[in-house]
Amino acid sequence: MDWQPIFLSLKLAFITTLLLILVSIPLANWMAKSKWRGKPIIEALISLPLVLPPTVIGFYLLLVFSPNKGLGAWSQDNLGLELIFSFEGLVLASMIYSLPFMVQPIHSALSKLPNSLTEASYVLGKSKFKTLIQVLLPNIKPALLTGLVLSFAHTIGEFGVVLMIGGNIPGETKVASIAIYDEVESLNYGIANTYSLVLLGLCFGILLLVYMFNGGHFKFHEE
Amino acid sequence: MIKLALQKAFSSGSNPFNLNLSLEVESGSFVAIRGKSGAGKSTLLRLIAGLTQPNSGSIEVKGLPWYDGKNKKNLSVQARNVGFVFQDYALFPHLSTIENLKFASDKGTDPNHIQNLVDVMEINDLLNRKPETLSGGQKQRVALARALVRKPSILLLDEPLSALDTEIRIKLQNHIRKLHTQFNLTTIMVTHDQGEILRMADRLIEIEAGKIIADGSPKEILGGKSLSGKFSFNGEVLSIEDQDFISIVTVLIAQVNVKVVLDQSERENLEVGDKVIVASKAFNPIIYKL
Repeated sequence: MDWQPIFLSLKLAFITTLLLILVSIPLANWMAKSKWRGKPIIEALISLPLVLPPTVIGFYLLLVFSPNKGLGAWSQDNLGLELIFSFEGLVLASMIYSLPFMVQPIHSALSKLPNSLTEASYVLGKSKFKTLIQVLLPNIKPALLTGLVLSFAHTIGEFGVVLMIGGNIPGETKVASIAIYDEVESLNYGIANTYSLVLLGLCFGILLLVYMFNGGHFKFHEE
Repeated sequence: MIKLALQKAFSSGSNPFNLNLSLEVESGSFVAIRGKSGAGKSTLLRLIAGLTQPNSGSIEVKGLPWYDGKNKKNLSVQARNVGFVFQDYALFPHLSTIENLKFASDKGTDPNHIQNLVDVMEINDLLNRKPETLSGGQKQRVALARALVRKPSILLLDEPLSALDTEIRIKLQNHIRKLHTQFNLTTIMVTHDQGEILRMADRLIEIEAGKIIADGSPKEILGGKSLSGKFSFNGEVLSIEDQDFISIVTVLIAQVNVKVVLDQSERENLEVGDKVIVASKAFNPIIYKL
């Protein structure tokens, strides 16, 4: 059996999650602090992947990433990076697709921290950046963990978006979920079953660890 | 010396109003700010600290401009270096007491200074405990110590003792007075408690709807000038014992219980817990040499 799709899925999820948390912390912090009127538009955009069928996201990303114009053309001309049918394109698409799973827990937790913590830190002479790193983030560790795990798991389970913009290139875009579909199409139920079992065990293991570590519940909507 | 003249419009809340305050505070004085909730007391502290921005005006501290609306000068919160104690203490939950104190320090901070604060506030036993394991009074002591780590010259207290019971309040009032004197602070404290004002402050400013309505010695403002008695003490009614024609009222004055006999008409408006002044008008006290 070919283990490559499993490793590719893990690699994609790992890189996506890592980049996503770097993007999401400032974004969530801005959302928690900003009083800008247009904020609901940004919030709605970020949450779109929660409700849209992945094929719709995939379809529009296909248009945006296309090397003939826009972002796709810019990326190809300036970075030499092809976004369609490439691993890099998958990472970017996965980041958009999993964004709400990272941003929402962090945003929700930051909003619930009392404002006086931030202000106390400012009064004690600490900059905005130091306050974020030394005061705010250490106090929302469960939410950070939740964001990391949900994004990781969500990226592993991605199918529709990958199918639309990644295709089925071994070692490049053929992730586990695609491989399972591929094997079933070719009537190789045995291999499909093995892939599925590995994914099942992996996801269960991750969730089990989180529940054990995080006091038994996801801090997604702490009421 | 703090000199300020500030304007800020408040549109939120049930009754919008314009805050318009001008004020001079002598270095080393202890000023109490009193007023109804929503009058702008906390806002005044926040404006001085730089946590809230005024619409216009100026703040000058020891001759240095902290804020000047005309010249667009605005010193950042971080650079103002004031000590601020928040109503909810705002201790960092993930840090122990000593870590909270060290958080406030920077490279130049003398470690003896932190130890000194720890000793003055009597928090030696609490150093390795997290805020969630501390009582209200303990948190308040840590918050006060933390506010003074950077050696500010101004200490701003936003109803620091309102959540504490009487016994701890009095103890902390002494602590705050001690800090005020020892570290040569200019202290501005928002409080509702008349006893607290009389015990601690040299000056009382009353604010209503964003304007100063009274400014002067606490005794004059709170006691009313009508009581030009031979002596007067402030206290709190501990118990009222009603008898046939009279009532015996026990008043706590500076940790001593004093019993006063009242007739029915004087008794009517009193309840346990009231803040009162015990004064004499008609008789002359006797003094024995000890």
